[in-house]
Amino acid sequence: MKLDSGGAGRLPATFMTTGSSSFTEFIGAHAPELLPSRRPLPAGGTVEAPHGTTIVSLTYDGGVVMAGDRRATMGNLIANRDLDKVFAADEYSAVGIAGTAGLAIEMVKLFQVELEHYEKIEGTLLSVEGKANRLATMIRSNLAMAMQGLAVVPMFAGFDFAPMGGRIFSYDVTGGCYEEHDYHSVGSGSLFARGAMKKLWRPGMDSPAAIRVAVEALYDAADDDSATGGPDLGRRIWPTLALVDLEGLRFLDDEALAVVVEQIVADRRGNPGGVR
Amino acid sequence: MSMPFYVSPEQLMKDRADFARKGIARGRSVVVLGYDGGIAFVADNPSRALHKVSEIYDRIAFAAVGKYNEFENLRVAGVRYADLRGYSYDRSDVTARGLANAYAQTLGAVFTQESKPYEVEIVVAEVGQSAEQDQIYRLTYDGSVADEQGFIAMGGAGEHISAGLHERWAPGMNLGDALGLAHDLLCQDPAGGPSRTLTAAQLEVAVLDRGRPRRTFRRIEGPLLEALLSSEDPTRDVPAADEPTPGHHDTLTGEAALAEKDDSDPS
Repeated sequence: MKLDSGGAGRLPATFMTTGSSSFTEFIGAHAPELLPSRRPLPAGGTVEAPHGTTIVSLTYDGGVVMAGDRRATMGNLIANRDLDKVFAADEYSAVGIAGTAGLAIEMVKLFQVELEHYEKIEGTLLSVEGKANRLATMIRSNLAMAMQGLAVVPMFAGFDFAPMGGRIFSYDVTGGCYEEHDYHSVGSGSLFARGAMKKLWRPGMDSPAAIRVAVEALYDAADDDSATGGPDLGRRIWPTLALVDLEGLRFLDDEALAVVVEQIVADRRGNPGGVR
Repeated sequence: MSMPFYVSPEQLMKDRADFARKGIARGRSVVVLGYDGGIAFVADNPSRALHKVSEIYDRIAFAAVGKYNEFENLRVAGVRYADLRGYSYDRSDVTARGLANAYAQTLGAVFTQESKPYEVEIVVAEVGQSAEQDQIYRLTYDGSVADEQGFIAMGGAGEHISAGLHERWAPGMNLGDALGLAHDLLCQDPAGGPSRTLTAAQLEVAVLDRGRPRRTFRRIEGPLLEALLSSEDPTRDVPAADEPTPGHHDTLTGEAALAEKDDSDPS
């Protein structure tokens, strides 16, 4: 990190510039090499890097839940079994990532600082759309990398105060930002997860029901997609699951998740498709 | 072209210092003092929007007196400095000492190189794991840094309040007593005249609460602040949990607790 630019130890002029509350804009001016999108791309083909897989999100009465499996894959190998792919973006929003894990995690980290930075400088929270758009800008600037096979596809879920309720936003590699209604999923197992949610989601569900649907959708994704991690009862590795409601964001703890996962596994014994 | 008169460096520095000191003394005072659960900031500032006390990072806060545009500029630079450090290294690597150094260099450079010095005095405070590890740095317009123990008063009647704090402040005070002491000293007239009355609404109060995880900075307003300032009320510290009100959880008002009491009390 460079701090000096003329004048012994004095904070450089970029620190004192007024008018911007954006951390990304600040480091773009001060230390652009810290931005994932500002690094020169090496010539040549694609590189092999760990990929994150399936994230699901669905709304319920009074909030939104986001859950992700724990697997990262590299080609046919499992690169990581207990990677967290759902993050708290701030007190009232969660972001889940699919795609190139290293870049995606860096982007989430930058996004978290971006939101907190705005909060501290402005003294207020960004609106849900404001947050979703900031994330879209970050994805857009990653297009060159996406074209080399290093795509990052996040999903964003936040709580909106007017009207009260959870909202879900999905993205494409060009930075397109789309609001999704009721439920959505991204990543390699997303087709199967979406199919499951299509049958299981109900309007006005409560949070325990929504948690069950989210975990069940991940179970179905893992059932048909080899890159999505299923319930690992032997290692006691459960999905990451975040709930965002009026009181803010919280992650469901392992004990509560174990109950939900074990129940689903028990219900599927002898009924692998979950027919009901 | 006429030759400018020779001005000795001593005179030049003295003029600049006098200029800055006069500007700072015109403003209202800010008191920063340690208490058993953290560090409290009390400013004589009726504005709810233009803050003199703000959050910089997880355990670091900023307080200032003097010209608003100048200290606001420094505050934003401080938030950028802290967020950049936290982003490139780790959240635990952001320290008040590093920030105080950066501020000192900046103020020093402005004092000697620019056409006018900053008319500000600032405090950078970091709450530690125990009261012994708390750090309070005071930075003046010329870039001098002082590592203060326990308390600071600056701006306006700063010297008078400092004298009062020397006499009455003690380590390990609870928050209610610390705020009461700061409030009492801010009300006093340094010229010896009758005391003013400052209501809770005329004070800007914030704490760095040692017990909170991650971001420890909380503003205190409304009924909670009144309860803490009142010597009859049994409230002596901020609640450990944030209020479940929608929106930004950086302010503690005690309104949620009052509403709950009303709901559960049928009378």
